[in-house]
Amino acid sequence: MLTRTIVRYPGVRVGGAGGLAVQTAELATGHEQEFQERVDADGRIEPRDWMPEGYRKTLVRQIAQHAHSEIIGMQPEGNWITRAPSLRRKCILVAKVQDEAGHGLYLYSAAETLGADREELLDLLHRGRQKYSTIFNYPTTSWADVASIGWLVDGAAIMNQVPLTRCSYGPYARAMTRVCKEESFHQRQGFEAMTVLANGTPAQRAMAQDALDRWWWPALMMFGPSDSESPNSAQSMAWGIKRFSNDDLRQRFVDATVPQAHHLGLTVPDPDLRFDEDSGHWISGEIDWTEFYAVMKGDGPCNRERVRNRVAAHEDGAWVRAAAAAYADKQVARQVAA
Amino acid sequence: MTSFSAAGGHGAIPTDGVPADEGNVPTRPQSPLWEVFVRSRRGLSHTHAGSLRAPDAHMALRHARDLYTRRQEGVSIWVVPASVIVASSPDEKDSFFDPAGDKPYRHPTFYDVPEGLTHL
Repeated sequence: MLTRTIVRYPGVRVGGAGGLAVQTAELATGHEQEFQERVDADGRIEPRDWMPEGYRKTLVRQIAQHAHSEIIGMQPEGNWITRAPSLRRKCILVAKVQDEAGHGLYLYSAAETLGADREELLDLLHRGRQKYSTIFNYPTTSWADVASIGWLVDGAAIMNQVPLTRCSYGPYARAMTRVCKEESFHQRQGFEAMTVLANGTPAQRAMAQDALDRWWWPALMMFGPSDSESPNSAQSMAWGIKRFSNDDLRQRFVDATVPQAHHLGLTVPDPDLRFDEDSGHWISGEIDWTEFYAVMKGDGPCNRERVRNRVAAHEDGAWVRAAAAAYADKQVARQVAA
Repeated sequence: MTSFSAAGGHGAIPTDGVPADEGNVPTRPQSPLWEVFVRSRRGLSHTHAGSLRAPDAHMALRHARDLYTRRQEGVSIWVVPASVIVASSPDEKDSFFDPAGDKPYRHPTFYDVPEGLTHL
């Protein structure tokens, strides 16, 4: 197997062999063993370490699509900034949406440490070649949807992201540590907003229940189909990228969230939901995956709109980037002249 | 069956048939990369916080403030063009750090301290 050393990261200047080094098979085998031993011992892989090409590609794809999800995720909530019910809620929402932009930037930086090009990743998103989380293809039709996204969608994201703080790839793990700290603010503000609605007028209460009815199942689907149907899960686990199965994480989310819904006095829209005394777990009913696959394939209510907005924002901002670059060039020219 | 990664943070995302990166780097100009170092409070040194892209040093500082100190994580920021950082290579880590490997006598734990004696 031909493999290559990752030395494209522009943050470093290579002391030894420079450029893209194609290595011989024997060398790669030794490297591969060292790599796997380090991962197995729960060690961390850093940008310039040797890594299998499959590991690099898996991480670039995952980190890029994670980044895309963060910046596309600004849209469903950004939709409500001008219509937030109070100044307090508006300030919180602006801060949260700004955080999502920040999360995207941490992640694009992490992808760049793997030699990926940020502009290329954006192109892949804009051309629909790379995807983002299906959850953002649902519309936010009421203020309670904003509350539900914080409480349920960010709650589910935390379940997914906390194990990633121990991911074998150092820069991704470090980015996730920052993200998780901020994510708990997101979840709490959502739960608080939901609490206000659940304890409000009958109309507010109905709005809260309606949002829970619409977001509950998509939130459970965020964890993905069972691992038996995800053939790449085993490899990701062996590489220390993935730590827990999709079903395990989903179960944790259900166990954590059902009591919160009860605290709000809301009904989880699952007639088969029951508490299993023996295992101490909440057991949910069957998930309808046909909807998930339909939304994934682009039949979601907002797929086209999300990408169109993203492309428009990028193209409309081109003159700002060009002006900033021209200004920077002028400053350099002045310095040289002086 | 399409493969999904649920580990992708905000939920399940398809991975089959999705390219990682293909080396089709767009020709449009890209801002340089900057490494960001933040002093979290007085008395501590700056530590690496992450990186970002910005057209010039001034913008890099402002972006670093917005990106890495939104919650008062710092009282001082350094931004350094990533291209000027010189780093040791992981490939030569053995030989490069060897000189320290056989000098345990540099550590106080190398020495026996008689029972009962203090301030040693």
